[in-house]
Amino acid sequence: MKKENLLTQRINEAVRRGRKALIPFVPAGFPSKDAFWDIILELDDSGADIIEIGVPFSDPVADGPIVESASIRCLEQGVSLSWIMSELLKYREKLRAGIVLMGYYNPFLQYGLRRLSTEAEKAGVNGLIIPDLILEEVRPHLELFGDFHLSFTPLVGLNTSKERMREYSGISPAFVYLVSVLGITGTRASADRLLRAKLAEVKEAFDCPVALGFGLSSRAQLDPIADLVDAVVFGSALIEHLDSGRKASEFMKAWK
Amino acid sequence: MRKGYFGEFGGQFVPELLVPPLTELEKAMQDIMDGPQFRKELDQLFSEFVGRPTPICRCANLSRDLGFDLWLKREDLAHTGAHKINNTVGQGLLARYMGKKCLLAETGAGQHGVATATAAAVLGLECIVFMGALDVKRQSHNVRRMELLGAKVEPVQSGTRTLKDAINAALRYWIGHQQDTHYCLGSAVGPHPFPLLVRKLQSVIGREARSQFMEKTGRLPDYVVACVGGGSNAVGIFHPFARDPHVNLVGVEAGGEGTPGCHHSATLCRGSFGVLHGTRTYLLQTEEGQIMPSHSVAPGLDYPGVGPEHAHLKESGRATYEVIYDQQALEAFYLLSGREGIIPALESSHALAWVIARKNRIKPESMVLVNLSGRGDKDLDIVREIEAQ
Repeated sequence: MKKENLLTQRINEAVRRGRKALIPFVPAGFPSKDAFWDIILELDDSGADIIEIGVPFSDPVADGPIVESASIRCLEQGVSLSWIMSELLKYREKLRAGIVLMGYYNPFLQYGLRRLSTEAEKAGVNGLIIPDLILEEVRPHLELFGDFHLSFTPLVGLNTSKERMREYSGISPAFVYLVSVLGITGTRASADRLLRAKLAEVKEAFDCPVALGFGLSSRAQLDPIADLVDAVVFGSALIEHLDSGRKASEFMKAWK
Repeated sequence: MRKGYFGEFGGQFVPELLVPPLTELEKAMQDIMDGPQFRKELDQLFSEFVGRPTPICRCANLSRDLGFDLWLKREDLAHTGAHKINNTVGQGLLARYMGKKCLLAETGAGQHGVATATAAAVLGLECIVFMGALDVKRQSHNVRRMELLGAKVEPVQSGTRTLKDAINAALRYWIGHQQDTHYCLGSAVGPHPFPLLVRKLQSVIGREARSQFMEKTGRLPDYVVACVGGGSNAVGIFHPFARDPHVNLVGVEAGGEGTPGCHHSATLCRGSFGVLHGTRTYLLQTEEGQIMPSHSVAPGLDYPGVGPEHAHLKESGRATYEVIYDQQALEAFYLLSGREGIIPALESSHALAWVIARKNRIKPESMVLVNLSGRGDKDLDIVREIEAQ
């Protein structure tokens, strides 16, 4: 039997303990190159099950303004993929959480996908999220990623069809990520109904755990859908929290 | 060949959330655009509203100076003063057939924004235009035009606050509003099916030019020359000549000031292979794959990417691409204005400047057709500013 990816393991462990797995996202080098790794260690220490490290890109079309401006600040400090790789190599053994690199395709492409995969495995990365790489475009690279034990996590949305989800399920991801906020209109109650219905479809289409993200800012948002979600991802809310000078552990406490 | 690719260029590098509207658009192109009703309505809009066919004309004075025949395809005479309107009227009509209520657009200097707002007004659609905050300030005249036409202009504060950031913002907006909004992308760039859709609509330029040229001269031109930013006017005039092997297709890119290390927009000639705004093409980027700022005296050429079909035409050798600098384009601008009574857009001036710069390489009996993609009245402030320096 295929060995279970660490990302799947970490989410399942949290679920077995009766809680949601927590997946914080921080762009590499935020808020500064010096402070970044301390924040990662603190997130790990305060219960993060998976940590998504953002690889900054000048033109992040799938992100909102908070993540975009944070990414640009990181680029201005000279954050690059090779810096991320060499630093991660130093810190990885101190981290219990699974590690995902989340970045746009072009910086990965310029780095070289084979070089990326080799170095990522060496640095202890467990998976990749590439928000501008859809199924048809990632398919030619899945074998390479697989050779280096990197899981590719698909993003699906409220407008993704069941058929399309089944196709994504066919690539056996470690977990799937439902982007919850975009395109929801109407009242809170109708939005919850819509989200529940979509989550049920995601659960049915995929064998792996389901993470929910984008736009999560309070725990109460989870209540109506808690039974259908295995993990939650925080991006903008965490970045704003850190940017106001508050501690990562404080943010995590509210979600534990 | 893979779907949506031109050779190894093109594709769909977008968030999964944009796959449904792109698929919907692809299907609409197949089901609607070739139908007799759509074609009839588009033809009518082209002739009555846009003013098509635009003529071709022989430059009598310059032809004498140059020693060969210089012809212009007069897209500057199209409504709103440039070829952009062909695309926006076509996409707007398609959007209305698709049941969309709103046209969404990005704009750099404002030309595509104005053309989209114009199409939206005549077709009874709402219009929202994303424009870099820096451009909003630099092009207040075009902002006012868009507002007069009933469009809402959204300044974009992120990134470099120019065209590429306006495209990012428009793509984001489309993710959230895809049900009732059509993204009217302004050039032959972006994810599949946009490069095909824009080419399909802009090919009217080349179809007309080819038959007009045959009619007036009894043969085809030796050269077809067009400026390339994203590349919509160029692909529009090239495509109908693509299977005429003796017609040389020349794309002219903007080299900026031409000083060492300056920003420019010569993506095909000086850029490298990568992925931006949903498509695999040539880009101006750092070694780390970050997108670099572009520059040209011609605002419409100022873009760090290029349409994937041009990347393919370059690789396959069917078209050649060369660089013209700001100063050469300005000289061509003055020359056409003074000698032929036509003030060309600074974008189109790049294509003209190529002809002038290469005049000794072009044989005397040759016939050269330049796509005069737009009129230059919009550029008088830029020219005045340079003259004052």
